[in-house]
Amino acid sequence: MTTVTNGVNVQALLDAREALKGAPEAAQFTWRASAKWQEGVHSQIKVQSFFGLGQEQSHKAESSFEADHPEVFAAEDNGITPIEYLIVGLASCLIGGVASVAENRGIQLHSVEATVEGAHDIRGILGADSDVRNGYNDIKVTFTIDADASRQEIEALVAQSQKRSAVFDALTNPTNVTVEVA
Amino acid sequence: MLERGEVANSWRRERWDSLRLLTPNWLSRLPGLPYEGPDPDGYMTTAEVTELIERFAGRSRAPVRTGANVTSLRRTDDGYHVATSTGEIASQTVVIASGACNRPVVPAVAAAVPAAVEQFTALDYRDPAKLPEGGVLVVGASATGAQLAAELARSGRPVTLSVGEHVRLPRTYRGRDVLWWMDSAGVWDQRYNEVDDLTRARRLPSPQLVGTPERSTLDLNALASMGVELVGRWAAARDGQALFSGGLRNVLALADLKLERLLDTFDEWARLHGRDSEVGPPERCQPTRVPESSRLQIDLRRGEIRSIVWATGYRPDYRWLDVPVLDAKGQLQHEGGVVASPGLYALGLPVLRRRRSTFICGIEDDARAVIDHLARHLAR
Repeated sequence: MTTVTNGVNVQALLDAREALKGAPEAAQFTWRASAKWQEGVHSQIKVQSFFGLGQEQSHKAESSFEADHPEVFAAEDNGITPIEYLIVGLASCLIGGVASVAENRGIQLHSVEATVEGAHDIRGILGADSDVRNGYNDIKVTFTIDADASRQEIEALVAQSQKRSAVFDALTNPTNVTVEVA
Repeated sequence: MLERGEVANSWRRERWDSLRLLTPNWLSRLPGLPYEGPDPDGYMTTAEVTELIERFAGRSRAPVRTGANVTSLRRTDDGYHVATSTGEIASQTVVIASGACNRPVVPAVAAAVPAAVEQFTALDYRDPAKLPEGGVLVVGASATGAQLAAELARSGRPVTLSVGEHVRLPRTYRGRDVLWWMDSAGVWDQRYNEVDDLTRARRLPSPQLVGTPERSTLDLNALASMGVELVGRWAAARDGQALFSGGLRNVLALADLKLERLLDTFDEWARLHGRDSEVGPPERCQPTRVPESSRLQIDLRRGEIRSIVWATGYRPDYRWLDVPVLDAKGQLQHEGGVVASPGLYALGLPVLRRRRSTFICGIEDDARAVIDHLARHLAR
């Protein structure tokens, strides 16, 4: 097998998989985000710390995100809408999966692009029709991939990346959500 | 040889009425007992399997003690102590051959099903008439779920099938039984220590196959054509609603891609071994038709679903095994049938030594290897 260089340290991931098989408690991670209301429907969200491998962890730097609504929603448009953050997460998760699986399968990638479209009927959030749900009705991801692989192999990469995607799972399966006032 | 009931007990008492073997008759051979009947390409009914095993018990003069239910197996200084319903036995060696399918696996979500909905498992299901009239939700789309969904749809009941990851196979390929290919092309000969991901291979559910006189294919397209509604994997229950995964499209894609790769390996084998003239031309299966939009929830309180059939797998029963040889998930730890407790062995588990280990034709080689080890242990 020729060496491929997609830049994913697959060996480290495989080693972690083996190590965590016998240490499920170390595999328990908590991801965090802190959001602060600015004005109108504009909020600012900061992400830096998380918990995992049995201790507090930190990203190298704090990331800051602006969330707002567009002008057609009569808002200031200081940032993308919250529901757009979901498809940001989905696209990046699936791309990371494609790269990891490709590396593991010895497939050299040249370019990977994904476009995500989420179909959203806003009558739900406006309360205009109680039969319409608040969230997406359908999400469609379209990949364009240039790689040293057959179409069948590329389709298998994309299928496997969905199978192991945290965000794909979080969007396609229900999750318990608790919201409370501190 | 201890048997809790009669010879072929599970085939007499723990199978649904319409079940036939997935393997064709010519492959259902036991040591010294090849199939010699009139229908080599047919599939045995449970009564015929019972008869086959009885015949083998007689011919091999196996010293079977029937009605001897093992209640405990524990280690002693020089071997094992076996407690049974008919007495106690001391033994230097023990072979565990109680199988992998003793109890049904039912997911925790079953506890949230309203009492008005009757629940069945593959081990207590017998025939459609035992189920209430009305809609049925079959959970699981491997061999069991696919077969029961088809039979329930034919009984006139509206059937919804909850589909997770599964293995799709056509009944025949290029004019031959698909299991002829598995056997001939050497797929079943792959040894446990050559398999990429052994844990996964041992957990793999039975493929979507059925043994019928028509040799028909029972994939999700066939079920959809019968009017069976496909939904995603049952993910959760909330307020009496069954919530299904929105990832159905991907499990269909995964199964189609795996099937294509398997058929590629068959074609390559036929080409490399000069077998192309014995079989028909290469074929490709139609992609699984993805439902326009699959339902994400069903209200179990509304009467649409009157019964649920859990076809969510089986697990072994080792409650009688008082030797610490199970892993965290309750599976027996062994190396090709050799258990990590001296003198203790296993037979008849998935991919025990080869991919063919759980098929009737797979026991001979496995038994030879395991008994060989056992004999050397006794001779020490």
